[in-house]
Amino acid sequence: MEDYVIEMLHITKEFPGIIANDDITLQLKRGEIHALLGENGAGKSTLMSVLFGHYTPEKGVIKKDGKEVKIANPNDATALGIGMVHQHFMLVDIFSVLDNIILGSEPSKMGFLTKAEAKKKVLDLSNKYNLKVDPDALIEDITVGMQQRVEILKMLYRDNEILIFDEPTAVLTPQEIDELMKIMKNLAAEGKSILFITHKLNEIMEVADRCSILRKGKYIGTVDVKNTTKEELSSMMVGRNVKFAVDKDEAKPAEEVLKVENVCVKSKLHSNDSVHNVSFNVRAGEIVCIAGIDGNGQTEFVGALTGLDDIASGKITLCGEDITNKSIRYKNTHGMSHIPEDRHKHGLVLDYTLEENMILQRYFEPAFSKNGLLKKAEMRKYSDRLAKAFDVRSGQGATTVVRAMSGGNQQKAIIAREMDRDHKLLIAVQPTRGLDVGAIETIHEEIVKERDAGNAILLVSLELDEVMNLSDRILVMYEGEIVGEVDPKTTTLQELGLYMSGAKRDTRKEA
Amino acid sequence: MEEKTSLLRKPGFQTLLASIVCAILGILLGYVILLLMNPAHASEGMFAILRNFFKFAGNQKKLMSAMGSVLVKSVPVILCAEAILFAYKTGLFNIGCAGQYTVGIIASLYTALALHWNWLLCILAAFLAGALWGCICGFFKAYCNVNEVIAGIMLNWIALYICNIILGDKKVMNTTKSETFAVKDASLLPSFLSEFFGKNKYITIAVPLTILIAIGILFILGKTTFGYELKATGHSKDAAKYAGMNAKRNIILSLVISGAISGMAAGLYYLTGIEHYKISSSVPGMGFSGIAVAFLGGLHPIGTIFAGLFVTYITQGGQYLNTNYYNPQVADLMIAIIIYLCGFVLFFRKLMTKPVSKLGTSSNANAEDTNKTAEDKAADKKEV
Repeated sequence: MEDYVIEMLHITKEFPGIIANDDITLQLKRGEIHALLGENGAGKSTLMSVLFGHYTPEKGVIKKDGKEVKIANPNDATALGIGMVHQHFMLVDIFSVLDNIILGSEPSKMGFLTKAEAKKKVLDLSNKYNLKVDPDALIEDITVGMQQRVEILKMLYRDNEILIFDEPTAVLTPQEIDELMKIMKNLAAEGKSILFITHKLNEIMEVADRCSILRKGKYIGTVDVKNTTKEELSSMMVGRNVKFAVDKDEAKPAEEVLKVENVCVKSKLHSNDSVHNVSFNVRAGEIVCIAGIDGNGQTEFVGALTGLDDIASGKITLCGEDITNKSIRYKNTHGMSHIPEDRHKHGLVLDYTLEENMILQRYFEPAFSKNGLLKKAEMRKYSDRLAKAFDVRSGQGATTVVRAMSGGNQQKAIIAREMDRDHKLLIAVQPTRGLDVGAIETIHEEIVKERDAGNAILLVSLELDEVMNLSDRILVMYEGEIVGEVDPKTTTLQELGLYMSGAKRDTRKEA
Repeated sequence: MEEKTSLLRKPGFQTLLASIVCAILGILLGYVILLLMNPAHASEGMFAILRNFFKFAGNQKKLMSAMGSVLVKSVPVILCAEAILFAYKTGLFNIGCAGQYTVGIIASLYTALALHWNWLLCILAAFLAGALWGCICGFFKAYCNVNEVIAGIMLNWIALYICNIILGDKKVMNTTKSETFAVKDASLLPSFLSEFFGKNKYITIAVPLTILIAIGILFILGKTTFGYELKATGHSKDAAKYAGMNAKRNIILSLVISGAISGMAAGLYYLTGIEHYKISSSVPGMGFSGIAVAFLGGLHPIGTIFAGLFVTYITQGGQYLNTNYYNPQVADLMIAIIIYLCGFVLFFRKLMTKPVSKLGTSSNANAEDTNKTAEDKAADKKEV
């Protein structure tokens, strides 16, 4: 018999209207890294919430070391040695690393903290598992990668045996991801059992021993990673074969749609420009991508382009018309669509329903209003049409409050809205952030369709795969400047990397 | 989805239930206080308050007249609650309602008593004064990012002292009694159905107007593009900006409207002549009671009408308390408790929604947090 440290057998959890988990079995062996793979809304989070006692399942049992256990609340889970690194860290910014680690189980004698012992334990753990942290540093001063190590140490400090990582790589740089993979292997080698929730196939192939796949609340199967391929995993996850490369014909660029000349944006943080002298153009029927490492001025540039932020100098021309200082409303109604980087901050009014969000920039148009009154029936029809066309799934259809929808569906709603609006230029900033391969494939296809329909597309992306697959031209942004333009067909990832890190730069200086 | 929702899970019903629970709890606590003060007469006292004007049951004229007084007195508190609700729905906490109400008093009484204007013009003056006061608050919020609560509280006190100065004028104030003269003639609001209410001359068009305003708010917020825009700005300034809305303008407009309703509340009360303004060293409580009433009414324009009627009913009930056994202040104390409990409406609603809300997982937690802050704010109010 196998040595399972935790088993979730035939778990069924229903919510009004949906079965979030339908007879799901998940068995975690001692000392293995077990990936849990599934699309957005496949039931991964629900399953973990069951494991943590947030939800009580209708059916099914949980076993720890072969014995049935009841987990009624998170404290029970902690007592069983289950710990979790959340996607968004649960750390107190103004506390030190050590304080954060001991928070909730502070060692004390007669009401006084005994931090010295705690510090020793933390340092021991940190050496044992090669988790480099400075116990006295404040959380707000350290990098995201280090914050994650603090989260891991928090679990180890509590002697947790079962470690759950919830999409841990979403916030990390490629180097930090490599580091995390090493740490995870290390932990497993030391006898910890790891449950790794993700939808990034490369990471599973690299680090996991086994992988369980969920799809639409159902258990699809568990495979040994060494006997499988990325293609098999993705087809199990999505239920069909997924293409990783984007099918597209040669671009047939036509007239110039967007022209950007010497745009500068003042930085909010320092006295230098955050965007400096950026000039380029985008023509109808092509996808131009701005690549670069996060924080090199892409956000600020898009802000200036769309009007969300102030532009210091320069000129922006859309379809031959100077729109540099036009209002956002004007740009919205004169050919600019914008899929924003931060869907929660800008893209959606989270407390509005789906139908209300679908008309966010168009509510005043005759199609949706008359004499200042909203045409509710038209809104409903429009929202239903878009939701159907772009496969936006939601609990109560058009009347679902967007906050209650999954991230992937929120993003699809924005994309549906922006693509359906009358436009010549589509600005897509990280359009696939946080989405699973199935959704990414759909969105990429839509973007290519947009291009072939003769629209100009400006893509801003941090994902190199996306940049290489999708774009017809790549501009690399480094410290607020365009440092190079490359052709995705002839360039290599290495060359792009050199541009992105500032090691290489074109001397070419023309608009 | 064709999921059948049970009545208990409907948000509207939950709010209603929560409000009723609060009201009942408030009455019970009030009873406990009566018990503590004078156990022998507590039941009798409670009965007097609850029976209220129905003690005149045999006398049709008196009964209707007393009922009419409750209606008249509920007008300002309902309107203040509507003003607060309107701002709240658009993401603003208009604690400056009290100040806007105060400038409404200034404008309506000065124009009525010193200038002898027609009532319509007096109401208009109150309307504009309240709008101006709201505008100041909104301007600071939109352009200087000053929290509307801070600006509102300060403007409340400024309004109060201006009020005492302007209404201290000899043409307006009966200095021997430290209260304003009676509003007369054309400045009085036209009466409405006063025959029906036992010749209670204070019943005026203010009563139907209040209902119309409530319906108007319901309509603006729910059906118009204007309301859509204001609410979007309230929920997310950034998303509103992204959508091309003028967020700054919307913030100011929202407070202007809220202020105008507050100002009108004062006009529609003092121009009935039922009460004279007395020089006071504290900001009128109407604006603050309005907060509680808005919450008790489940933040629904129509629910607010009923909440306002209930609160006024209990307040008026205090005067039926036998003063041999109880200090008349007891009624006020009970009202304070009920109003305090009103702040818990959202809390009770949260308790009821808990088993259901898990569906939305973590995102719902955020929504609940927002509710909680609102509730905290409401509770803070009474300590101001």
